[in-house]
Amino acid sequence: MNSMTHDPVAPLRREWQRHTPAQRISRWMVWLVCVAAVVWAVRSIDIIPEFLADAPEQMADMLVRMWPPDIAHYYPAVHNAMIETLHIATLGTVFCFVLAIPLALMAARNVCTIKPLNVLAQLGLVASRSVNSLVWALLFVAIFGPGAAAGVFAIAFRSVGFVGKLLAEALEETNPGPREALRAAGAPWGAELLKGVWPQVQPAFWGIALFRWDINVRESAVLGLVGAGGIGLVLDDAINFFQWERVATVLLAILVVVLLAEIVVTRIRARLI
Amino acid sequence: MSATTSPRRLAFAPNWPMRLALLALAVYTVWASTRLGLTWDRVAHGMGEGAKLLGRMVPPNFERWQLLLEGLLESLQIAVLASALGILISLPLSILAARNLSPLWIAGPVRGVIAVCRSLHYVIVAILFVKAIGFGALAGTAALVVASVGFIAKLFAEAIEEISMKQVEAIRATGAGVMKVIAYAVLPQVASRFIGFCLYQLDSNLRNSTLVGIVGAGGIGGTLFAAFKRFDYDFVAAILLSIIALIFLAEIISGRVRAALR
Repeated sequence: MNSMTHDPVAPLRREWQRHTPAQRISRWMVWLVCVAAVVWAVRSIDIIPEFLADAPEQMADMLVRMWPPDIAHYYPAVHNAMIETLHIATLGTVFCFVLAIPLALMAARNVCTIKPLNVLAQLGLVASRSVNSLVWALLFVAIFGPGAAAGVFAIAFRSVGFVGKLLAEALEETNPGPREALRAAGAPWGAELLKGVWPQVQPAFWGIALFRWDINVRESAVLGLVGAGGIGLVLDDAINFFQWERVATVLLAILVVVLLAEIVVTRIRARLI
Repeated sequence: MSATTSPRRLAFAPNWPMRLALLALAVYTVWASTRLGLTWDRVAHGMGEGAKLLGRMVPPNFERWQLLLEGLLESLQIAVLASALGILISLPLSILAARNLSPLWIAGPVRGVIAVCRSLHYVIVAILFVKAIGFGALAGTAALVVASVGFIAKLFAEAIEEISMKQVEAIRATGAGVMKVIAYAVLPQVASRFIGFCLYQLDSNLRNSTLVGIVGAGGIGGTLFAAFKRFDYDFVAAILLSIIALIFLAEIISGRVRAALR
């Protein structure tokens, strides 16, 4: 009787499904949310249909006007602005460490054991990261007036959050052994950090600095659009006067510098780490 | 040999190349600062101005909250649309750019296109689109699509290049066509990383969409720039606070989603 109802190959006939019903429903929900968000955005976004219709034609027109690039314009106007941009990026990266190192030391829970200070430092880092570099540039243009000084400070304040966060993480990952050994030998607090912690975070430190410098070269290229100096100013002028051949030159110059910066950073990183 | 004096080993030997490099950096900093006209007087003067500016920003003025909400919603729409389009475009592009799946004469040029997309800052791209196709959200969306393609396609192509080819060979051995190989051998290996990149890009699109308005490409940035130009610093503070709140919220949500996916 039992052998009648019990079918030995029943498990093999069972239809296998990868997900449980609950999983399937939740996957569908995720897709539904994604599609609903896109549909909502498409339906309610303020896009003028005529603009959309002739967009390809207009883009082609602009590209044709850009050709050939006005290479003769490169020296001296674009060249000098490019050098200024590189100075802004480099100085901004250097100055950001003035704020980033103390904040990172404060934010690392193994270096600074005072809880409220940790939270305070984290808050400062988050605030720096949340405000975009162009917005920082707007603020500093209002403070310092137009010019490269505003650009340097914008880059520096923007970088603090990024650099400080990564540096704090590197500090938290350090091995406490060398510090304890130095402390046991009677080393003061500064020596403990310099000889026990710094050698451990040094590779990470240079890696972060180079990585941020690379990002800053890109970002400083646009600061001029809000009057904070550099190549963006030249670009903005050329666009406003519809000198598309010059625009093409500036864009090419930016492209080359950004790619070169990336190559340089990759090379140095490979040698350092 | 044993008579030669071996130099006494210092516990903390001075690292001269590093010291020289740091010295050079310090000299450069001073030189470049003077070249850019960044003097101590100016910084000190700026501090005073900064304090004044902060004074005018407090308290933030939320009176025109309708304008604020409208701008934020438009930014959100730009971010969602740009992410969706960017993901759709970068999926095929990254498969074409992966050197282990497509021949070099396809992968090379596609990689070039992706590199150009990534090298140009999205604000510059936004300006070009504004000039070419007019003011508004369309230009912002197009600019962020370019930025998204540059990011997702590059990382995803690198992820595809790291897959194990054994599964690809196994599926190929069954006689499957290209699409089936991609669907059953390639995508299952990289899907989770792809979702991670997409989430990250959605996050950064949201940040960037609050900004493209500065050059007239739609979203809250236009409102922010207008308020700046009119010296409405209390409204500027309100806008900045709401942008930070929005980004913070998005970061929390995407963190949750990422934790749930793991």
